Amino acid sequence: MTRENDPNAARKTWMSLLAKSDAGVLSQIWDKADIAPDFRFLRAPEIGGVMVRGRAGAVGAAFNLGEMTVTRCSVTLSGGAVGHAYVQGRDKKKAEVAAQIDALMQTDLAAQVEAAVLAPLRKIAETAKRTRAAKAAATKVDFFTMVRGED
Amino acid sequence: MYVAVKGGEKAIDNAHAWLAEERRGGTSVTELSVAQIREQLALAVNRVMAEGSLFDPDLAALAIKQSRGDLIEAIFLIRAYRTTLPRFGGSEPVDTEKMACDRRVSATFKDAPGGQVLGPTFDYTHRLLDFKLAADGEAPQAPMTDAPPAETPHIMSFLDRENLIQNEPAGPEVPDDLTRAPLELPASRALRLQALTRGDEGFILGMAYSTQRGYARNHAFVAELRIGAVPVEMDIPELGFAVDIGEVTLTECETVNQFQGSKTEPPQFTRGYGLVFGMTERKAISMALVDRALRWKELGEDNVGAPAQDEEFVLYHADNIQATGFLEHIKLPHYVDFQSELELIRKLRREAQAMQEAAE
Repeated sequence: MTRENDPNAARKTWMSLLAKSDAGVLSQIWDKADIAPDFRFLRAPEIGGVMVRGRAGAVGAAFNLGEMTVTRCSVTLSGGAVGHAYVQGRDKKKAEVAAQIDALMQTDLAAQVEAAVLAPLRKIAETAKRTRAAKAAATKVDFFTMVRGED
Repeated sequence: MYVAVKGGEKAIDNAHAWLAEERRGGTSVTELSVAQIREQLALAVNRVMAEGSLFDPDLAALAIKQSRGDLIEAIFLIRAYRTTLPRFGGSEPVDTEKMACDRRVSATFKDAPGGQVLGPTFDYTHRLLDFKLAADGEAPQAPMTDAPPAETPHIMSFLDRENLIQNEPAGPEVPDDLTRAPLELPASRALRLQALTRGDEGFILGMAYSTQRGYARNHAFVAELRIGAVPVEMDIPELGFAVDIGEVTLTECETVNQFQGSKTEPPQFTRGYGLVFGMTERKAISMALVDRALRWKELGEDNVGAPAQDEEFVLYHADNIQATGFLEHIKLPHYVDFQSELELIRKLRREAQAMQEAAE
């Protein structure tokens, strides 16, 4: 399914962003945003593992590469919106905040959350990615052919 | 026969207390933080994640601190922790084509699209000790070049387009998992790759080296070696669709190996594959060579009796936690076992002596 006709594309994008965010950075941005909705847990934060898979020869049969730590959490807001989080690492606060944000993004507060939390988070992720790519680009080899000795 | 004996509790407690003190080292030296290990001993952290079979840099760094830098002990700690985690599921196979490459080199094509990107490599260093590192210095900064985001297609795809490379067969969506069921032989390629990626780096390196020296030589070229971050996507049961649940750094090595042809197949190249957590390129290259050697049967090659072709030998001895567990248990008390051996040899001695005296 392409992004254009995928009805879940927007939700996938914010959930993915939250999953990959740094726990400390997310916590800081969240506290600063000062949104803190009323919520209760459908599933309290729980730490577990996910088996990461690869493909033989990058294109062939799937195989198990090893696990990664993941924390999941589900919440429901007093208004009824349900939010889920599956986030990398073992930080329970991160999962709890991510689930709240996922729920809030389905409410009238979506624009506010987008501006105060997701946009700055996205900017940090993009900057980090760009910086790393620029360092890699600086190590790209420029080949040049030596002039041969004999005429 | 096992006979329970009690004793040694106090000695054990004191030994552990001394271990803790020795771990800390001289108190005139600042204590090492877990974050320092994670950031500044990153390649040790990567090895512990790869062989511990759990991607979590903070935990791996903690394990290295706790084990006083004994990486096999650290891997043991991570393996033990891993077993306590509930498994939420399995990811979609990672798409390494989409890797944000820190490093990407090919030994087969100079002008590969995306280019030869060296990354933060030890290659081309002179391997001379740098005494400047012994003094506190300023944090070095890497130069940057602004580059438009470019695709880095797999080099193998070019050979594939010309049909010059063997096809990789598809397999079951959910691969066999040696952490859930005992490893049985013959093992599927999926199981072999899982065993190799978590296998001991030194053992896999030695096996790979043996193929280069002629024990089932398979003439490997590194078609591509890439290191970088890839997103990990998983189907979320509550939602019914997949999202990225994180990002892992991986090293991938694809080798292109000697051609083979048969009555039905035209001559073509074959492949070996290595994929390992973290920046672990020695391991990934080794894995690809050993993977290729183990494929002799499915590629219709002769078994020349080389160790690297023997999947029982390779897969049953690659795991350093199994190996160290069995190896190190022999230092634990075997008093009763040994008493019986001692009794036996005394008896044999007495009998031999009696026979000799009778003969005289």
